[in-house]
Amino acid sequence: MRALANRRARVLALAILLAAVLAGVYALGLLIPEEAIAGSYLQAGQAPSLSHPFGTDALGRDLLLRTLKGLSTSMTVGIAASLISAGIAVLVGIASAIGSRRVDAGINWGIDLVMGVPHTILVMLISFALGRGLKGLLVGIAATHWCSLARLIRAEVLQLRGQPYVAVSRKLGKSSAWILVHHLLPHLMPQFLVGLILLFPHAILHEASVSFLGFGLPPEQPAIGIILSESMRYLSAGQWWSAVLPGAALVLLVLLVDRLGEQVRRVLDPWSAQE
Amino acid sequence: MALEAKNVSFRYGRRGPFVLEDVSLRVERGERVALFAPSGRGKTTLALLLAGYARPQSGQILLEGKPLPETGVCPVQLIWQHPEKAINPRWRLRRVLEESGAIHEEDLVALGIERAWLDRFPRELSGGELQRFCVARALCSGAPYLILDEISTMLDGITQAQIWNALLEAAEARSLGLLAVTHNPALAQRIATRTVEL
Amino acid sequence: MQPILEIQDLRVSFRMYDRGLAQRDLAVLSDLTLSVRPGEVVAVAGSSGSGKSLLASAILGLLPANATVGGEMRYKGEPLTQDRQKRLRGSEIALVPQSVQYLDPLMKVGPQADGHRSPRPVETRRRLFSRLGLPEGTEKLYPFQLSGGMARRVLVATALLADAQLLIADEPTPGMSLDQALEALRLFRGMADEGRAVVLITHDVDLAVAFADRVAVFYAGTTVEIAPAADFRAGAEALRHPYSQALWRALPQNGFVPIPGFQPYAGNLPRGCVFAPRCPRRTAACEAGVPPMRPVRGGEVRCLYGA
Repeated sequence: MRALANRRARVLALAILLAAVLAGVYALGLLIPEEAIAGSYLQAGQAPSLSHPFGTDALGRDLLLRTLKGLSTSMTVGIAASLISAGIAVLVGIASAIGSRRVDAGINWGIDLVMGVPHTILVMLISFALGRGLKGLLVGIAATHWCSLARLIRAEVLQLRGQPYVAVSRKLGKSSAWILVHHLLPHLMPQFLVGLILLFPHAILHEASVSFLGFGLPPEQPAIGIILSESMRYLSAGQWWSAVLPGAALVLLVLLVDRLGEQVRRVLDPWSAQE
Repeated sequence: MALEAKNVSFRYGRRGPFVLEDVSLRVERGERVALFAPSGRGKTTLALLLAGYARPQSGQILLEGKPLPETGVCPVQLIWQHPEKAINPRWRLRRVLEESGAIHEEDLVALGIERAWLDRFPRELSGGELQRFCVARALCSGAPYLILDEISTMLDGITQAQIWNALLEAAEARSLGLLAVTHNPALAQRIATRTVEL
Repeated sequence: MQPILEIQDLRVSFRMYDRGLAQRDLAVLSDLTLSVRPGEVVAVAGSSGSGKSLLASAILGLLPANATVGGEMRYKGEPLTQDRQKRLRGSEIALVPQSVQYLDPLMKVGPQADGHRSPRPVETRRRLFSRLGLPEGTEKLYPFQLSGGMARRVLVATALLADAQLLIADEPTPGMSLDQALEALRLFRGMADEGRAVVLITHDVDLAVAFADRVAVFYAGTTVEIAPAADFRAGAEALRHPYSQALWRALPQNGFVPIPGFQPYAGNLPRGCVFAPRCPRRTAACEAGVPPMRPVRGGEVRCLYGA
């Protein structure tokens, strides 16, 4: 009985549930044909009902379908960007920790620089410079989100390198590369995994906000940011659902992933692993 | 045929106080030296220097008249006071031993290491058992000199006697040079052929 | 006289994750019995990993969240509840922690030892520091500037400054030279002689018995013997339990002869006597059930044959 309720079991259940939700939303987004969200002016601006649970927008398009499709786009951007970002973080973090003093100083300067500029502005600039669209947005988000994780990994590697067992390994004739692969990297896995999961909500929120501001995805793409941005115009006409429901869907998704990251961290962290 | 520290001085940082000043010491092969000193007199530091973990600011550490090699298996192996820090917590103990090369069955038997322990993780064993692995690892490396930094201070009497008896036997058989840091005069009398005060 | 600390059948177990999702309870202390009277130094000796330090954590209420505690602990006759532990520790019950990492790395050790007391006990502290052989100026150092032995002496001084009724010292002497260790033990003895009490957890049995009144011997998470310290000084024959005798004979000054084998694991203990697998006097009865603690010659022993 108790085994059903312990934390590892809960995290596993949450992970499976979340994976199912994500995969479901993603698959639906891909499966929904363009025609299904083609609008009809006859249905413009309808409040939520059984046939249109999220209502329709000013062009008569079904908002539930658009939201799903939008989330699917956001997830593509989010997953790709967090993977790239976490990869950069690991490389940079390790290089900083094991490189020469000058390399370390250079990298830290770079981190300060990237962190010094507000993310949203930096993403906008990069995205704009690369001609907006999916590619610009992806590069923009990936290039701005690795900093805190890189710092974390640097600190972790520095701490690991001071461990006696690493020193012993060196005296047993192992090379730096061997030590990196066998002693250091396996210890970084949990950090990396948790960092990756926690990057994801950040990435999709930034995607949505930059698209909302008009510097991200083009308006014909059904991204959440675009939907929210369009709906602003009709809020004053009383069409609350066109902003609230897609927004709530986004918030829900982000909270779920954030929750998952937090739980995974507690399971992997030796301080709380046995609670 | 000796490991020597020649007029060694060491301090942490560029302006810290000297932990060791002009210290000289010599350990021959086949000799077992007990090193006594009050706490804070740099015993651990000297152990680190002799095993090549750190370099003295002045003076030399010489092995058979030459500086310690920088690469490859170091012919001077240090066994630490806290075995749990000297073993990667994520590794099974078989891997810990294999890091120093082939596992010698007779060392395992002599140290009372159970076969089943090889498949366990460090957190599943007690400090005394882990220290046996650290000793086995150092012996398996084939190093002719061992530096032992209070290796049995944290262990109970029976485990201490088990480990030391195995070590003494191996030292005898392979004519190892041992330098043991200890605070326990009775232990020093048992294990050493000579004692040195720092 | 009423004991200051009384521990009856203490059990501590940890809820651990096994492979995958399964959890199990790992009993690390069981049937543990100990009492300490005012004026006494009780040494706790025994095998590494036998749960000696866990006893300290259990008394002070410092066990991690996944631990469950059973049995009974009483302080001055009243049950030692979690609330009470919280109130008493640091004032009436002080600890010398085992790890030197208990020092705050960002605080100079002098003010750290003084704690939150006001006015700061600067004079007393300086006297303690110098009695323990800490060089002048130590108070102005940060913990990372101390050697292991110095840090231990700072921890001892800090605990003594608490002016507690009961001091739990968990391996206070490693890293100290013989003189320093003797001085620390003399301070503990002096504290007990003022009518307070000390529990001295240590591997240095030979040192401890010179200052202790009684010795509790631990093996595999339980007390196997409680003996007057004089018996330890007298020799193996004066002791009651085969493990205590083996421990005595393994000491460097008494033969340095170890018995073979190893302590059984928590979660994998034999059904009967925990020492039976290594015991020269083992019989079928030893393997049938855990022998009770029984009084023998002014001490207690958990052995069917100890006499």
